Amino acid sequence: MEVFTQLEGIVVPLNRANVDTDAIIPKQFLKSIRRTGYGPYLFDEWRYEDRGEPGMDCTNRPQRKDFVLNQPRYAGASILLAGENFGCGSSREHAPWALLDYGFRCIIAPSFADIFYNNCFKNGILPVVLDEAVVQRLMAECEAQEGYRLIVDLPQQTITTPSGEHFSFAVDDFRKHCLLHGLDDIGLTLQHADEIRAYEQRRKQEAPWLF
Amino acid sequence: MAKTLFDKVWDQHVVRQNDDGSTLLYIDRHLVHEVTSPQAFEGLRLAGRRPWRTAATVATPDHNVPTIHREQGITDPVSRVQVEALDANCREFGIMEFGLGDIRQGVVHVVGPEQGLTLPGMTVVCGDSHTSTHGAFGAIAMGIGTSEVEHVLATQCLIQKKPKTMRIRIEGRFPNGVTGKDIALYIIGKIGTAGGTGHAIEFAGSAVRGLSMEGRMSLCNMAIEAGARCGMVAVDDTTIDYVRNRPFGPDAACWAQAEQAWRTLHSDADAVFDTEVQFDAADIAPQVSWGTSPEMVLPVTAEIPAPEEARNAVQAEGWRRALEYMGLKPHTKITDIQVDKVFIGSCTNGRIEDFRAAAAIVRGHKVADNIKLAMAVPGSGLVKQQAEQEGLDRIFIEAGFEWRDPGCSMCLAMNADRLEPGERCASTSNRNFEGRQGMGGRTHLVSPAMAAAAAIAGHFVDVRDWQEVQ
Ligand code: SF4
Repeated sequence: MEVFTQLEGIVVPLNRANVDTDAIIPKQFLKSIRRTGYGPYLFDEWRYEDRGEPGMDCTNRPQRKDFVLNQPRYAGASILLAGENFGCGSSREHAPWALLDYGFRCIIAPSFADIFYNNCFKNGILPVVLDEAVVQRLMAECEAQEGYRLIVDLPQQTITTPSGEHFSFAVDDFRKHCLLHGLDDIGLTLQHADEIRAYEQRRKQEAPWLF
Repeated sequence: MAKTLFDKVWDQHVVRQNDDGSTLLYIDRHLVHEVTSPQAFEGLRLAGRRPWRTAATVATPDHNVPTIHREQGITDPVSRVQVEALDANCREFGIMEFGLGDIRQGVVHVVGPEQGLTLPGMTVVCGDSHTSTHGAFGAIAMGIGTSEVEHVLATQCLIQKKPKTMRIRIEGRFPNGVTGKDIALYIIGKIGTAGGTGHAIEFAGSAVRGLSMEGRMSLCNMAIEAGARCGMVAVDDTTIDYVRNRPFGPDAACWAQAEQAWRTLHSDADAVFDTEVQFDAADIAPQVSWGTSPEMVLPVTAEIPAPEEARNAVQAEGWRRALEYMGLKPHTKITDIQVDKVFIGSCTNGRIEDFRAAAAIVRGHKVADNIKLAMAVPGSGLVKQQAEQEGLDRIFIEAGFEWRDPGCSMCLAMNADRLEPGERCASTSNRNFEGRQGMGGRTHLVSPAMAAAAAIAGHFVDVRDWQEVQ
């Protein structure tokens, strides 16, 4: 998993509440056997006029001009500003995979669906909860100002606006540690590799038929 | 201190106790199939990781393999891509696979025990909820998600919180015609689909000890439908006799040592369980599910219930919806319900004993005229071979059944084997949710003998009366 420390990036304002995982990545794409390659289909129904199918080349698909992700000023964005209860719906990890594959590393919203929130950390995305009023302010600033960027500082737990305003956010110590060091569950377990090996050595004596 | 069977196996697999109360648990056997593994393998690849211990892992495609015309390959593109991805991943990472052309290929939960890949006292995981099946061997066997599949591949461990323990005791003798499947359905009908939530269930009592390994596997298979994390049965002579001489079992040099260790795999006499339930075997009749949840189940002698008889408003509403979906009227006798299709197979009932029981009913009869399709789908290539050596395939074919190649088939309808909207099926599988066997399809869960009898009669019949029906 990629390390997350400080991130400065273009911000996209997605001013909707209850964005569900099916909107983030529609169900026809769940048939894929990959965990990458979902970026072009992120928010597929909102982004394109036609119906997307797995494996489709998206370069020439008719785009919905009014959808934020299609506006050139937001190209290369890595921070998503969203409404409350972002990521509700199914527990599939395809939603964070799609966001990550598109290039988002941080999502800021007044609230998140539980499972989605956890799945973000597992995949190296930082979900940040800020007050509804603050999120609305940032949305407004972002829409008003082309090239609007935020600085997300995980060690300091702050978001800094272009005008130098700071907002603090909370994050669980353990999850913070994992993101800072790029540790997913597997990375964490592998920190105990010696203990796993010692266990195997002992078990080989006790129960050789298992090896 | 006195220990339960679950505690004994759990304690033997603790690698470390994490600060947050979770346990790093060592996994002895990891079974892999095509649907839940591709992203796990890709995750390894993206992170530059290798499997921790390839010898602990065995793969076979089952969920969406064709059960007919195998020589034409897999025509559905999505299924083909998944099966080919499994082949490629197994090759790349050096994992043993029983592929489509291998006689050992089959439903992963039939293959594991058959090959001796599942052994008493093991921890067994698979990216599939019915992994609980393997608990019949006194193993801790749990279904896991794709992220966990990757975690087990990379570390041979799983991070787990210890569940509570529950013992379900069934004492006495079963009436003839009652099988492990009927017991499973009966228990779920009694304790509900949430009855085992958060628990590891041990099935115990004289009636359970009297079951064959096949019967115990059917029982543990459906522990998941009772909401449990896993189901288990203590090791005894039946277990040890089944395991003897299996291809991947202990070799002669350590058999005695293994057997000695396995003989300790039972709950101590004074072990304490968080929950205890007891049933009388004599009360159990052949079961038929009538609704869209496995707990909506009744003895074959019963009538379809009316919503007014429900315990409360929530249940009444659930029944109303189920009756509508199932196209059933309250007070209809179950034996008056006609079926359109019959499916004998799946990880619940796709073993040799299941086909013997079904063939004993079918022998010398013809499938009823109103049956559009009756399928017998062996759980593995070896089950198929064994059945053919015993001449069971002829019995099914002569009666008008289709005798197919091994796979999950109409249990979940990921391949072409499925119900059309409104079709009613007597099925030996384990789930009757809306659309499980095809959009709009209506599933009645039954034992193999009950499914076979329904195929011949065209409607449900009580197999205990089968002789008289003739
Ligand atoms: S037979 Fe059915 S329940 Fe069993 S593994 Fe296959 S799909 Fe799942």
